[in-house]
Amino acid sequence: MSKTIYAVYNDEEQLFTAIPSLKSSGLKVTNLQSPFPVHGIDDLLGIPHTRMGVVSFLLGCTGFSLGVLMIWYMMIHDWPINIGGKPNGALYLNLPAFIPVLFECTVLGAAHGMFIVFLLRSKILPGVTAPIPYLRVTDDKFVVHVQVKDESKIAEAKNIIRSSGASEVI
Amino acid sequence: MFTFSSKTRNIIFALMAIGVIAIAYGFITNPARAWSSLLHNAFYFNAIALCGLFFVAFNYVAQAGWAVGFIRVPQAMAEFLKYGCAALLLIFLFGHHDLYHWTHKELYDPASPEYDAIMAGKTGFLNMPFFIIRIVLYGLIWAGFAYMIRKNSLQEDMEGGLEHYNKNFKLAAIFLVLFGITSSTSAWDILMSIDAHWFSTLFGWYTFAGLFVSGLAMMCLLVIWLQSQGYYDNVNNNHLHDVGKFMFAFSIFWTYLWFSQFMLIWYANLPEEAAYFQVRWENYKLLWILNLFINFLAPILVLMSRDAKRQKQILVVAGLIILCGHWLDVFLMVMPGTLGSHAHIGLVEIGTMLGFLGLFLFVTFSELAKAALVPKNHPMLPESLHHHI
Repeated sequence: MSKTIYAVYNDEEQLFTAIPSLKSSGLKVTNLQSPFPVHGIDDLLGIPHTRMGVVSFLLGCTGFSLGVLMIWYMMIHDWPINIGGKPNGALYLNLPAFIPVLFECTVLGAAHGMFIVFLLRSKILPGVTAPIPYLRVTDDKFVVHVQVKDESKIAEAKNIIRSSGASEVI
Repeated sequence: MFTFSSKTRNIIFALMAIGVIAIAYGFITNPARAWSSLLHNAFYFNAIALCGLFFVAFNYVAQAGWAVGFIRVPQAMAEFLKYGCAALLLIFLFGHHDLYHWTHKELYDPASPEYDAIMAGKTGFLNMPFFIIRIVLYGLIWAGFAYMIRKNSLQEDMEGGLEHYNKNFKLAAIFLVLFGITSSTSAWDILMSIDAHWFSTLFGWYTFAGLFVSGLAMMCLLVIWLQSQGYYDNVNNNHLHDVGKFMFAFSIFWTYLWFSQFMLIWYANLPEEAAYFQVRWENYKLLWILNLFINFLAPILVLMSRDAKRQKQILVVAGLIILCGHWLDVFLMVMPGTLGSHAHIGLVEIGTMLGFLGLFLFVTFSELAKAALVPKNHPMLPESLHHHI
């Protein structure tokens, strides 16, 4: 059964030598928790680039479509009103007037949707206890998650981690 | 060092020859069309050069380092300004009768049947001497700052130190203030005064936004072309990614201003304002709609994803789309005003465009060949070499 152990480092500069040395010793580095974003660490960990952009595009399209539906229902289908000599006969005839609203709907869909997706994906919804193994990671420590496949190898892994410069191993 | 190979030079001379033939053909068949085409292309390529200088200037003022590696490309583009402004002045001096309705004297004579009270009220701004003074002033300001900034940058290569950087910082800051004014007023003068009855307060920004995008696209294409010739090892896809972001963002900015200008006029529907769009809608409906598609939808969809902005092939496609699109945009600003419903994109227009493109590339490449492609002692150079996003 695999188990995750946590290596605590004091300085972000250490990570750039420690993570490759852990990897070359055959340990599997799965994640990093740090108090601030560390530039270039994603490539080092081998984490693929975020797909948030794709999510944002899809959510924007959703917001846009819902906006079109809303405007069509309100302004064309249910209660057409003649505003400024522009009777709402068809959606395409009055499109310029609706574009600001459609733009706002797109932004609303993309921004709120991304916020919710981010919370779900990071498993930090309101009321959920955040998975923080070591509290000082929110202050000044850097925690590398190391996955060990076999419980019998934990002691050996801890030794490797300590020799890579970790101040603490949990 | 960039060498302007004879093969490239011959291609550019061929382009210029096509331009000369097309312009000559235009003057024989229809002088008004030739003048309109000359104005259209002189303005377009002059503005691309101006955007090169603007790019250099705001990088100095923002103390941005990422673009220093290829800053010589927009610097060299800006050297076209003196030729572009001279061309605009000559076109005005000799072709004003065909281009600018407001230069006709009978409009201001109360006894004449052509008397136009609205135009007579605008003579304080729209009169020949003041117009010529303004064009000369634009030329002096733009070409002057391009010359001074480049001179300091070249001296920095020789002498090093922070002195030249600080000088250029000050010059760039002064230029940006002047650019803010002249980019708007030059658009009013050269393009908006073609339809002199009509005016739009957004027109200056709208023109600037479109031409900034074209300038960026031209810069992007030149950098990628130079890379394909074996130069610029120091420019990688991190730099191109940032250029792509600029192209993407300002394509949207252009659309924003296009739409802001259009929607207010459409909604208010005042005859004197709607006339501008009416001419374009009645006679150029296809091009007018195409303009919005290729300048908004094409860049936004092509350049949206991160991976697209990091691939040269996609950037080349997007850059070509943007350059063609904004050429069409300027076409739609000039032609319906000068030629009414008779304009179309034909041999004269495309030939003149190729001619000006040849001239622009000739000036740019000659300037590039004069100095090191990467500034040697720029204080921000290490930042550019290590740029990573």
